[in-house]
Amino acid sequence: MKLEAGTVIDGFVLGPRLHAGAMAQLHRVAYESGRPDPGFPMVMKIPRMGGGEGAENLVGFEVEQQVLQALEGPHVPRFVAAGDLARLPFLVMEYVEGRTLQSLVDEAQANRRRPAPEDIARWGRAVALAAHSLHQQNAVHQDLKPANVMLKADGSAVLIDFGLSWHAHYPDLLASELRPAIGSPAWMAPEQVVGVRGDPRSDVFAIGVMLYELATGELPFGAPATPGGLRQRLWMDPPPPRALNADCPPWLQEVILHCLEPEAAQRPPSAAHLAFDLGHPAQVQVGPRGERTRRTSWTRHLRRWVRAAGLQYQPSPLPSERVGEVPIVMAAVPHHDTTDAGLYALRQAVKRSLGIRPGARLACVTVIAPPGAQDDEAALHRHHAEQLRQWARGLDVEGHQVSFQVLQSDDVAQALLAYARANHASLMVLGAATHGLALQRWIPTVPARVAAEAPCSVLLVKDAPPLALLRDAQAAP
Amino acid sequence: MTLALLSDVHANLRALRACLGHAREHGATRFALLGDLVGYGPEPVEVVEEAMALARDGAVVLGGNHDAAACTPPQGERTAEELSARWTHARLADTHRVFLAALPLTARAGDALLVHASAHEPARWEYVDRAPLAQRCLDAAQAQWGARQVFCGHVHEQHLYYRGADGRLADFKPAPGVAVPIAAHRSWLAVVGSAGQPRDGDPRAMYALLDAAHGRLTFHRVPYDFAGTAAAIRAAGLPEAFAQRLEQGR
Repeated sequence: MKLEAGTVIDGFVLGPRLHAGAMAQLHRVAYESGRPDPGFPMVMKIPRMGGGEGAENLVGFEVEQQVLQALEGPHVPRFVAAGDLARLPFLVMEYVEGRTLQSLVDEAQANRRRPAPEDIARWGRAVALAAHSLHQQNAVHQDLKPANVMLKADGSAVLIDFGLSWHAHYPDLLASELRPAIGSPAWMAPEQVVGVRGDPRSDVFAIGVMLYELATGELPFGAPATPGGLRQRLWMDPPPPRALNADCPPWLQEVILHCLEPEAAQRPPSAAHLAFDLGHPAQVQVGPRGERTRRTSWTRHLRRWVRAAGLQYQPSPLPSERVGEVPIVMAAVPHHDTTDAGLYALRQAVKRSLGIRPGARLACVTVIAPPGAQDDEAALHRHHAEQLRQWARGLDVEGHQVSFQVLQSDDVAQALLAYARANHASLMVLGAATHGLALQRWIPTVPARVAAEAPCSVLLVKDAPPLALLRDAQAAP
Repeated sequence: MTLALLSDVHANLRALRACLGHAREHGATRFALLGDLVGYGPEPVEVVEEAMALARDGAVVLGGNHDAAACTPPQGERTAEELSARWTHARLADTHRVFLAALPLTARAGDALLVHASAHEPARWEYVDRAPLAQRCLDAAQAQWGARQVFCGHVHEQHLYYRGADGRLADFKPAPGVAVPIAAHRSWLAVVGSAGQPRDGDPRAMYALLDAAHGRLTFHRVPYDFAGTAAAIRAAGLPEAFAQRLEQGR
């Protein structure tokens, strides 16, 4: 069949061709006979077949059909229809309007100017949030790279091209013991190099490579074409970004190199954690990793090369479980109208919540009223941030990332909810009778509103037995 | 066409009815029982009669090792299986035994072969519980019946063996209720599990639903009154282990 504008395939009319690649071609399409679009523009992907194309190309197409139908949410193109693989393979999905991250990489390269760290963090955060949404649905992209990320006008990211992806609910058609490395060499995680698929932290690694690329204009491990070259990332540290671009701030280098750790367990435990770091540069705890400007010595590399020879990568459990095990715990700490007992009870509850969850991140948040004209805003923030730190001093936060955030709003509940949503908090801990409102039965209190509308679990902490309520109950006939 | 595939009912009427009801609710228009209608369970007569009724309406009903054993029970009563076969034999009327004895060991459904245990010498009742045995089963199905796909039971767990990128068979553990696309051009083997005696630690009944038009296979788990069946086993004086096994799904 000749594919050109006007051709009709299974009820779709081909529009202009958008792309003709080695693997597939893309056409805009509309429904035949003038049926209106499903509320968004559509694109048809048709794999190249016959001649010299191998079966592998079609397997990737089969995988994409399979996985795309199972995914939902704003970070993947919406699925419309699929053609019978044996008869007429095609895939119709949402046409995503935006620009690829690759175009931003190319633009920076052409202008010989690195993007501002704030821009890199913003794009990276969008990609991390998109990846997290995928992981929560039990899928791993496995082929994240700038060409497979679309940035939309609203700043969010949509991931495309699921031809190498992995989904826990489907047989992995790309699983192979004989031909391990499947993916794009430049962005592939070390565990993918040795054939492990289905670990969400592989996507975190790929995002790290993209961040590195944006920050330095170079690929951390090049684009190796041989198995030996691919294996280098099992033991070799890339040159620190600050050695290539002195303007790269330590916090950004810290985040990038954290993502590029050869062992998955040493990376940010989930893409939501990475998004959190990129959204809060000031809160990133910069260690020697972030400050380094010199390359790793060859003697050190030699030691790690020896160790890498025996390195074992464990297949991960279900991605949704894996990311669920390392939650972002949000503590809403009141700054007035509270008691020592209330603060103590809150701290104990947070301690318990963190204690059973190694790798969990703690975000301490307090909401203050917007300062008046005569207030010194910076001083006010410093004061409240210090109060938060004091409150947290009683916690054993060894092994946990902790951040402190002072939010300004007149609507405390709204501010807490917005923060929980934006940072994908898994659990919010707050006092049951705090945040400036006494427990009143006829108006919804802050905790009641938060509990009703929160995007996550909420733990309401009572500082003491509610004796008044118990007395009431006893007095009742 | 939506085909419900059940196997290893093992005289568990409550589990059978729960699966059939679930399948009808989910659009099943055809049914296939892949053998071992009886054995272990307390209701052989009721289950065989239900199977006879389904067969009259066009359902595929295959024979399994326990069905054969109930027709010609072994002499001894040393093992629980022998005891169960003799007990079942005594309950069944001639019409039931004639029906069971005449059951075929294989059948075709579209491109797929249906068999109780393995297509490799079906009457040897080989357990297809790992990839090399699944491979042997698929090879036999291809060689003798020209079928590239196989549905079977016998192993009381649910598995889908499929070919990975390197052409080797891989074992996939399906998630209950999730429709898995099974492309017609692929070779695969689906073990539909046991309706009447699950052994994977989950007491819910197992079966699978094939949506042939869309090429989708869904492995289901269906809750049923296993306590009722366990009570009936005890009331019938069958071994206590048979009752406990249903309660624990082991």
